[in-house]
Amino acid sequence: MSARSTRAVSTPAVSTRTVSTRTVSTRTVLVVGLLVALVVAGVLSSYASGSPDGLNRVALDLGFADAERASAAGDGPLAGYEVAGADPRWSGGLAGVLGCLMVLACSSLFHLLRRSPRAVATQGD
Amino acid sequence: MHVPDGFLDAPTSIATAAAAATAIGLALRGARRELDERVAPLAGLVATFVFATQMINFPVAGGTSGHLMGGALAAVLVGPYTGILCLTVVLGVQAMLFADGGITALGTNVVLMGVVTVVVGYAVARAVQLVLPRRLPMVAVAAALGAIASVLASAAVFVGLYSAGGAVPIPLDTLLTAMLGVHTLIGVGEAVITFLVVASIVSVRPDLVHLARPVLVTRELETRLVAA
Repeated sequence: MSARSTRAVSTPAVSTRTVSTRTVSTRTVLVVGLLVALVVAGVLSSYASGSPDGLNRVALDLGFADAERASAAGDGPLAGYEVAGADPRWSGGLAGVLGCLMVLACSSLFHLLRRSPRAVATQGD
Repeated sequence: MHVPDGFLDAPTSIATAAAAATAIGLALRGARRELDERVAPLAGLVATFVFATQMINFPVAGGTSGHLMGGALAAVLVGPYTGILCLTVVLGVQAMLFADGGITALGTNVVLMGVVTVVVGYAVARAVQLVLPRRLPMVAVAAALGAIASVLASAAVFVGLYSAGGAVPIPLDTLLTAMLGVHTLIGVGEAVITFLVVASIVSVRPDLVHLARPVLVTRELETRLVAA
């Protein structure tokens, strides 16, 4: 292709570049993000380190770990990221997926709080 | 970092619960300005993603692990008020359903991981953004620096709370050194995860990232100036 034809498309190319930031739809971002979260909670979580976390390590080292009291929620069916009665191979991942769905359900709060479409429209986009 | 029941005494736990309730009240008001048709579903995704990622404990030195707290990440993606609400939902579900973090310690955990991380993470990210060049790739860098600062701040605030109402007397400087030491390593992990997630979303849809909006506004103005 000649240099002239390249130059001929260069002007539209600038506007295409501005538009290209929107080629991935919000819906796609949401679906991909949710799938990543479900895979992380459902599959990758079984590869997580079982070592005590930073606070628990410090509590063990400095001698206040024994002050811990069992949570009142400790007898619940999902306590400790295990599904009571489920096969140990699937229990953790299943608990993670159920937790994701629970958080997602609680997040309907955000839809109740959002600005009304009219308020958004008057503000412009 | 999830504080279990029993580490802090009742007066301290009541005080943190009151502080958490106040912060949530302010966040509920402030979030109305951040949430629109586009951000509301994204906030649900951010909460879900933070919950999922908090299940991944990554090893740090010496038989110790850490996981993402996610406050800085949430604040950078959907705004600080909405970020506080995202983390509150996550911490509430964890305490009630999974017995992760105590019930009487829920206020403490909301303060440490839902408020301190969001406020410090967002403030540091904004401050870094003012210093760095106003370009989109810098958004993830600012977020990462906010992330490590947020973890250290959370660890320091825990030490403050423990000194006010800890179960077993521990010398304050010993506790501070231990907490900041291990949480520096965890903070590096937090920064890496935050950088990767923010950079990914900025690369495909910068307009969805709260912290990228000032940069986008500048860029649009510059484009018009050149066109005219």
